[in-house]
Amino acid sequence: MDWSYTIWIPLLPLIGFLIIGFVGRKLPYPVPGLIGTTGIFGALVLSYITAYRYFFVANTAGSFEPIKGVEMLWMTFSDKLHFNMGVLLDPISVMMLVVVTTVSFLVHLYSIGYMKGDPGFGRFFTFLSLFTFSMLGLVVATNLFQIYFFWELVGVSSYLLIGFYYEKPSAILASKKAFIVTRFADFFFLIGILVISYYTGTFDFLTLNGMSESTLASVGSASFMGMSVLALGLTLAFIGGAGKSAMFPLHIWLPDAMEGPTPVSALIHAATMVVAGVFLVARLFPMYYHVDGGSVLHIIAFVGATSSLIAAIIATTQMDIKRVLAFSTMSQIGYMMLALGVSGYEGHHGLGYTASMFHLFTHAFFKSLLFLGAGSIIHAVHSNYMTKMGGLRKYMPITHITFLLAALAIAGIPPFAGFFSKDAILDAAYMHNKIYFWIGWFVAGLTAFYMFRLYFRIFWYEDREYHHTPHESPLTMTLPLMILAVLSVVAGFVFFYFLPFGTYITPTGEEFHMHIDYFLAGISVLVGIVGIVIAWIMYFKKNDKAEKVAKAFGAFYKWTYNKFYIDEIYMFVTKKIMFGIISAGWMWFDTYIVDGSMNLIGNTTVKTSHALKKIQSGKLQDYVYGVVLGVVALAVIFIYIWTR
Amino acid sequence: MIQGIGVTDFFIISTLMFFMGVYGFITRKNLITILIAIELILNAVAINFVIINKYLYPEGLHGQIFSIFIIAVAAAEVAIAIAIVIDFYRTHKSVSVEEGEMMKY
Repeated sequence: MDWSYTIWIPLLPLIGFLIIGFVGRKLPYPVPGLIGTTGIFGALVLSYITAYRYFFVANTAGSFEPIKGVEMLWMTFSDKLHFNMGVLLDPISVMMLVVVTTVSFLVHLYSIGYMKGDPGFGRFFTFLSLFTFSMLGLVVATNLFQIYFFWELVGVSSYLLIGFYYEKPSAILASKKAFIVTRFADFFFLIGILVISYYTGTFDFLTLNGMSESTLASVGSASFMGMSVLALGLTLAFIGGAGKSAMFPLHIWLPDAMEGPTPVSALIHAATMVVAGVFLVARLFPMYYHVDGGSVLHIIAFVGATSSLIAAIIATTQMDIKRVLAFSTMSQIGYMMLALGVSGYEGHHGLGYTASMFHLFTHAFFKSLLFLGAGSIIHAVHSNYMTKMGGLRKYMPITHITFLLAALAIAGIPPFAGFFSKDAILDAAYMHNKIYFWIGWFVAGLTAFYMFRLYFRIFWYEDREYHHTPHESPLTMTLPLMILAVLSVVAGFVFFYFLPFGTYITPTGEEFHMHIDYFLAGISVLVGIVGIVIAWIMYFKKNDKAEKVAKAFGAFYKWTYNKFYIDEIYMFVTKKIMFGIISAGWMWFDTYIVDGSMNLIGNTTVKTSHALKKIQSGKLQDYVYGVVLGVVALAVIFIYIWTR
Repeated sequence: MIQGIGVTDFFIISTLMFFMGVYGFITRKNLITILIAIELILNAVAINFVIINKYLYPEGLHGQIFSIFIIAVAAAEVAIAIAIVIDFYRTHKSVSVEEGEMMKY
């Protein structure tokens, strides 16, 4: 089968980016939006065609082999060192194509309404198209170099979009923070890539994943600090993934990234870019599983579980609705990481991997729906703080219903999407390690609680007076909400019963049968309902129970409200210790020796030139005088030479 | 060949003319005077061409043709220079060369 057309999936948004960026930015509303949306719509259609052909036409034998749709040489340095670019089609990349193009298309559509009247309308769509191109390039990467290349591109576009409102100092700070933190993590990723490719001699994912346990053990036989080098390389790569996916303790950028426009939060910081870390681990999963007997996976599971717990606890206390959603995202990505970390490889043991991808898939829909709903609310109320909201259900019926559906989905209530994927994750955790299961179970309860706290606080709680009566958003904004709401409702059982994920997306490519463990499902739904009921008691009607509970927790509440002071710890470490103590000597050297010598050269030049410029007097006769003197001098010299 | 006058006498004349021109060029402030000084320099050179042709290479005509060239070029140059001077006068209300020092550092 011919797959060469798949190159157009990332290229169409790139063309959109170039057109809007170079000629379309000043075009009147809504032309730049339409150009961007058209480009991504083309990519969407091609992705769906690819998914259909890949899953239902090309691979009918029940096993899904990776296919290289396109592969070309990008740069050659020597015979051994050359970089390729291409399109790799395998179950997870095809699934990611569908997720990214779907969410991106709906977010583009939504943004046409949301960004109306913004002076940066064209600029917004330029960056959004750039991001979509980068993300699509990332998911179809055929090798470590290509994934790193696009990894940095999504980082840049995320930076540009977080800092979109560049008049606001807080947005600038947030964009810098996001860029520096993720870049710091990417540095480890780069070292990881170098280590892995140095020892295995290849960048190619198929070659890397195709290596058997014994091959990996022999090529990575060197050891470093008690780990084999390949395990070290994979751990470093995971640190890069953890930075992008906002895992504890590199999560500090994600809540601040909410300074960007809300559609950006929905697309980048909920559905696509932040799951790049999960995708990276899944992409190299056979390697993670085989190197050192899967020791790196233990780290991943631990980090995932910790992040999901910490984020869920913080989310229960935040007052900014977008920050609640940001911490919720971090918590759900922690779930995905946990699922990958506890996953086995063959057959039904690969459930964790499948569950992780399944949760990534469903989460993309309901979390972007929550963010877009939040955007719709912010659009109407002009505030991010839930204290400024309440009783909105009467004013915004569509947003209300879609938000409720998404909240039910994330709370894991059957038959909504989140139930199936979360149940699969808990199932996988239970098979591996009971402690992880109970952490996941507790987080499920917390998730239901904070999500319904948000829901009740925004849409019920009290009937308050608004300065401007809030109104429902226009159709370009509510249509994506409705589509995503439908997906959030059906994505779970359709992909559990009719097109089961276990058939299509597994570590080995061989299908296995997914089923529900009714005991585990029962207790996780139970804890979800308990969370919802507590939220209902505390926030359904205006009362002071929430304050009382906060008081009862005392210092712990204060800690949590301040996000466990992790930002402050970072500030202390960077400002006081690194800048203040460690680099003070270098600072002195840099200021006085390096800068000093350069300033000396510069100042000398300036002073000399000030003196010399007097020569250019502008007076014609001075110049002629110079010429005559020169001629006389030359004449004397020549006469002296010739008459000697 | 002119009887009774040697080639040296002509050279003395043309040298005097040349350096008078150079001196005038450097010291005068009036643009018209400077133009006259330039004419002196050109004509000194033209005399040299003719005299060297006549006394040293009488069989040829190169020097005389060159002096004709110089006369033609000088005419053209004067036309342009006068135009510049007139324009200069319009903008600066003066023909003093010291006014024309805008193009300095």
